[in-house]
Amino acid sequence: MRQDDDASHDRRPRGSDPGEILLDGESLLGLSPDKRPTTTVFQHFALFPHKSVLDNVEFGLKMHGIDRDTRREQAVETLEMVGLKELSDRKPRALSGGQQQRVALARVLVTKPKALLLDEPLGDLDRLLQLRMRVELRNLQRQLGLMFIHVTHNQEESLSIADRIVVMNDARIQQIGDPLTISTRPANELVATFMGDNNLIRGKIVERDGARMVVDNGHVKASCVASRDERQAGEAASVSVRAAAVSLLDTADGDDEVNRAQCEVVFVEYLGDLIKLHLSAAGERMIAKVPGDLYAELRGKEGSALQVAWKEADVQLLTG
Amino acid sequence: MKEARWSKWALTIYFALFVIFLYGSMIVMGVLSFNGPQGGISFPLMGASFQWWRALWDETVPLSKAAQIAPAGLRSIYLGLVTGAVTGILALTLSLAFRRRFRLDGLLFFLVLLALMTPGFLLSLGNSFFWDTLGTLPSMWKTALGTNVVWALPFGFLVMIAVWNRYEDAVEEAARGLGANARKTFREVTLPLIWTGLFACFLFGFTLSWNEYDRTALVIASGEATLPTQIFAFTVGSVIQPDLYALGTATTAVTLLVVLLGIVFAAIRIRRRGAAVALETQAKEELGEVTGTEDRVGVDLHGR
Repeated sequence: MRQDDDASHDRRPRGSDPGEILLDGESLLGLSPDKRPTTTVFQHFALFPHKSVLDNVEFGLKMHGIDRDTRREQAVETLEMVGLKELSDRKPRALSGGQQQRVALARVLVTKPKALLLDEPLGDLDRLLQLRMRVELRNLQRQLGLMFIHVTHNQEESLSIADRIVVMNDARIQQIGDPLTISTRPANELVATFMGDNNLIRGKIVERDGARMVVDNGHVKASCVASRDERQAGEAASVSVRAAAVSLLDTADGDDEVNRAQCEVVFVEYLGDLIKLHLSAAGERMIAKVPGDLYAELRGKEGSALQVAWKEADVQLLTG
Repeated sequence: MKEARWSKWALTIYFALFVIFLYGSMIVMGVLSFNGPQGGISFPLMGASFQWWRALWDETVPLSKAAQIAPAGLRSIYLGLVTGAVTGILALTLSLAFRRRFRLDGLLFFLVLLALMTPGFLLSLGNSFFWDTLGTLPSMWKTALGTNVVWALPFGFLVMIAVWNRYEDAVEEAARGLGANARKTFREVTLPLIWTGLFACFLFGFTLSWNEYDRTALVIASGEATLPTQIFAFTVGSVIQPDLYALGTATTAVTLLVVLLGIVFAAIRIRRRGAAVALETQAKEELGEVTGTEDRVGVDLHGR
């Protein structure tokens, strides 16, 4: 937190690489926070506790020198948009978490910023409210056509509301892509692990046949098509397979061992719509997500053996 | 059950003794200040009267010290008010520096608190030598005010440190992000949120100066006695009568009044928070009853 504080009072982010932050072609680097055409929604909302809801929402307009009547009108309009018009006389303390969140949104939206930075905006809400608010956020963003930069640690949240996801680690960009790409085509091990529910197969290339390669970690073999990859047989490589792409095989015919595995069931985790199967392929941990209606069959199957398989198209070669 | 009742009684007696220990002298002083006209400064009471209280302001009462009390009292009030104001301002600016870490901040912190631990009389003595060397004569508004502020500042400083500990810096960042410059942020956001703390600094400054003898005695001009120094002068320079008790009770009452004022302010602030309302709304929202949120989301989803 301390570093965040310092940076916000500083004109330039300290210790950063040289470069520019451009918004609509204009650099933001020389601007103090009050001059930037952007605003922030904080995780703990940072509402002004001594001001009423209406005064909170009016604040930005007041600071921009908008006259009283105009700013009141716009503030009321925005409060109506987030469904809090009736509570405009309340102090923030007299509101619930979800309502405070909406006031925080109204307070920044009323100033019509060019971009909105949301710093874990749903982090302080309980889970049910989070689920509801993220739909609201997305709808609001669509209505207004405003750029939202939404910072979150919640993978599911990012997939559900983003047009474009930037996965970062240690201040470095790991992958940029739309939710589908991030979810099904992780670029490297870090993204594959972070997004969760991916089977990582780290091993060596045992076969290289034109564009196709087979990676073997000693227990499991997976093949994929990687025409642009230069690596040859014998070199190290890792691939990932989404848990949801792993399915159960009825018969245990073990001729072609590529893209299938003989597993022992470690734990059957019932999640309602889905079952998450925790498996062990000769000591190698694997996960499979299968339809929930199979639960009657799979319940209590811990310790028994079964065979799983996946399609070559679902195998993603990872870099680094 | 029996044991519980026994310990309850024992603790009650212990508590009563403790209160007597704390306030006994004050209560005795208060009682004796209503002694009869023939009464002295110790028990037994010789009847009861308001004579000694009247002597505080009525010069016609025999041996009344009203002529000295009134100006000394006024001076004490003025000095206390200014000490409070200066303490508030200095404690605020000083504490602002401590909102961030800086080199040797720990050392400076203890340096500020040193005035709290320095024996009062030595502080007074040192100050009087210091100003004497510089050729400044002792006076209420120069040397006495300075020494009083030095005494009150650590208290005000600690109050402000506590205020900043509970303060959420993000509200200032939010204000900046919404277009408020540093000055407007201070006026619109910072000051309204900390002014009760500032007021507490002021009250501290006032009461500490109001009651201060040690740190005033050597640094004030001879014709400018404050109430505490005047009371001391009475005890050594004239016959001690119950009117001193009345005076002592009165000055204590002023201090208590100021403290009470502080408590009332704090109570008003806490009441305004309306914590109960927030809880009630939270409960309703969890049940999905608040202001049609569910409907709105639903409509939007289907409209798209």
